[in-house]
Amino acid sequence: MPDRTAQIEPVAIEPERYELTAPPAYRFAVDRRDFIGLLGGGLLVVFSAGAQESGRGRRSEALPQELDAWLHIGEDGAVSLCTGKTEVGQNIRTSLSQAAAEELHCPIASIKLVMADTALVPYDMGTFGSRTTPTMAPQIRRAAATAREALLDLAAEKWNVDRAKLSIADGKIAGPGAATIGFGELTKGQKISKTIAPGVPVARPLSQSAPKVAAREFVTGQHKYTSDMTRPGMLYGRVLRPPAFGATLANLDASSLPGVTPAVTIVHEKNFVGVAAPDAQTAAAALRQIKAEWTREAVPPAAASGPGLYQYLKQTAEPGEPNVQGSVADGMAAADIKLEAAYTVAYIAHAPLEPRAALAEWDGGKLTVWTGSQVPFGVRSELASAFGIPDDRVRVIVPDTGAAYGGKHSGECAVEAARLAKAAGKPVKLVWTREEEFTWSYFRPAGLIEISSGVHRDGAITAWECHNYNSGGSALLGKYDIPNQRNAFHPAKSPLRQGSYRGLAATANHFAREVHIDELAHALKMDPLEFRLKNLKDDRLRAVLQAAAERFRWGQGQGIGIACGFEKNGYIATCAQVAVEEKRIRILRVVEAFDCGAVVNPDHLKNQIQGAIAMALGGALFEQIRFGDGQISNARFSQYRVPRFSDMPEIDVVLVDHPDLPSAGAGETPIVGLAPAVANAVFHLNGTRLRALPLEGGL
Amino acid sequence: MPTVTQLTVNGTRRPIDADPDIPLLTVLRDHLALTGAKYGCGEGQCGACTVLLDGQPVRSCITPVRAAAGKQITTIEGIHHPLQDAFLEEGAMQCGYCTSGMIVSGVALLKKTPHPSREDIVHHMNGNICRCGTYLRIIAAIQKAAQHA
Repeated sequence: MPDRTAQIEPVAIEPERYELTAPPAYRFAVDRRDFIGLLGGGLLVVFSAGAQESGRGRRSEALPQELDAWLHIGEDGAVSLCTGKTEVGQNIRTSLSQAAAEELHCPIASIKLVMADTALVPYDMGTFGSRTTPTMAPQIRRAAATAREALLDLAAEKWNVDRAKLSIADGKIAGPGAATIGFGELTKGQKISKTIAPGVPVARPLSQSAPKVAAREFVTGQHKYTSDMTRPGMLYGRVLRPPAFGATLANLDASSLPGVTPAVTIVHEKNFVGVAAPDAQTAAAALRQIKAEWTREAVPPAAASGPGLYQYLKQTAEPGEPNVQGSVADGMAAADIKLEAAYTVAYIAHAPLEPRAALAEWDGGKLTVWTGSQVPFGVRSELASAFGIPDDRVRVIVPDTGAAYGGKHSGECAVEAARLAKAAGKPVKLVWTREEEFTWSYFRPAGLIEISSGVHRDGAITAWECHNYNSGGSALLGKYDIPNQRNAFHPAKSPLRQGSYRGLAATANHFAREVHIDELAHALKMDPLEFRLKNLKDDRLRAVLQAAAERFRWGQGQGIGIACGFEKNGYIATCAQVAVEEKRIRILRVVEAFDCGAVVNPDHLKNQIQGAIAMALGGALFEQIRFGDGQISNARFSQYRVPRFSDMPEIDVVLVDHPDLPSAGAGETPIVGLAPAVANAVFHLNGTRLRALPLEGGL
Repeated sequence: MPTVTQLTVNGTRRPIDADPDIPLLTVLRDHLALTGAKYGCGEGQCGACTVLLDGQPVRSCITPVRAAAGKQITTIEGIHHPLQDAFLEEGAMQCGYCTSGMIVSGVALLKKTPHPSREDIVHHMNGNICRCGTYLRIIAAIQKAAQHA
């Protein structure tokens, strides 16, 4: 029986995301009249409440308007498409433009995507959870298809011909004889407003490797990230940071404050101390002069740092609701071999190459902030709440940003810049230093995962019990066909501020599960691939496993490992070959097979998968945040190693395309397979069983 | 020490008035509005700020501006090289924040070693970080540009 999972598109947001901010109490919609006023006449397609998909998140909060998008075709033929999604490197500016262009049958270059400007785009929860491709792209297709149908109606009316005799291609409608007409000519002098027709026919993705939109701006250094922007009269901000987490400002020595000059602004309000100056050097010098005393009250306990961290997480955990199937006790009783093991994952940092940055400008009581964020509307609410003003007096604009990886769900830098700008009466830009980004953002959660299992000597897994402490519930349930299971996620008291990360819980849960599966296979003296296939019925997961194994030539060579999994409607299998040199693991070769339904853009998909493998390599082998006494002790690239050119293995990507199935997102799932495949490869090589990430710590 | 009053950037003399000890990166970005070179770490570890001084790649975040006075400074804005097209053809970027530094470093490599081996590329480029992990595509782009050299 074919697996239908992908067709049952879950609308709940991914359960692994750690919310850092409460959802806003109020949302003020942008007035559509303002929007039309900005764009002028033509054809406007807006969202219809009837087409709205709503869902429930982890805390049952509704997700209204998650899928809103507006499309406008101007009298000059320009197609503007407005979405609250942000471009942080996943190339969704390109894939969403493709979706619209394919429905409108026009060149991608004629689509202008307006992204993440809260004054111009409809409300959007944010760009996370691999949601853009499965939810926003279809909505954009519906908007564009609605526009296409309206254009065809206009052309039929203009030429007084049967609509069925018209065709649309290359941005033009062809009618009787050789007559063609462009979109702009059709919309000239019109002010037509349409709502997205829920049942409008939309096409499957064409699966074409369109190049990144505006890529030339990046290879010439012309693209303006937030940190590159300026405004007239702009000042440069700096913020005084506490010496440790949980420290509060006890005393600020007023005599230490830099001499009051008209140019330098100093803000001291409660725990916030910051300066703004006409240049970065003056701001840094002013900051250095300030003498502050801090009270270190709520420093994370010593027991929570170092090797005691994982027991601390277990001890502070709140019992989570288990997912139970059958009886684990019965399954254990039926087992010939029983196994029990604990796995750990460390805190790691996102370290996007562009650190947090914001440029804030007040105009009377209105605030505009440019900032790199995955949640422009969330940042707008943070700003509104911080300054006690309504949301509609705050405009947040997110320029295409220097990456995020789940690490830019918060607006603290925007709030700090806005506070300084308010005091200075001038625009202020604040760019966090690398040390600030490493210290004052948030981390991928650390976690402890305990698994006990039983297996029959014929290779059938009879029992599985898994407890995850702190690292998240997503992908806690595997696809293995095990009759007796008990799985639970237990949220714990994290000593560090933690939050979302690319595939965070799925990485932890797949690491533990896929290493444990390998341990069972070896206990049975079965081939790890054969053992997996014996316990898997899921056709799509079996298919990626077999595709990866075949390309890898599984079974040949030393130091080989395999892992597979399912997350966010994507199916993944990874094979790796390793060498071990003293205390270093060298990944020689990786094959990864991925099935995300219909492929939207094969080259960009491969780019995401290759990038996910490269990023996974860091967390798998050596990335680890070190901390103690409320401080991060490796908050620099010279102390926190990230993957570099010399770490790269050969990577071979196998795309298992299903053009007939809905497209799942691909930014996250391809990251989950590498760590277990590598750990299993090390065991295959030298018999060392590594159960802790990063793996090199166990050599 | 007197301030630095002039730099030669991308073949043009640019008047400035800068404390000699401040980083070249700050002068380029904040004084001269050349924002192609990026801040990534401030300690010469990531390569996002790479520019050429008399053709040699340097990390402008740890290069005091006085060290650049009297030299030919080339930033990404002054580079017109087949490597840029090769980056586009290979799709050798995601967020693009590292791209300026990658291209400047790559151009310096190709100037010194017009036909680099894979090992040459890895060795030369290892100080440049791409957090999105497009390393293999960047290697392919450098190899492609070398073929056309």
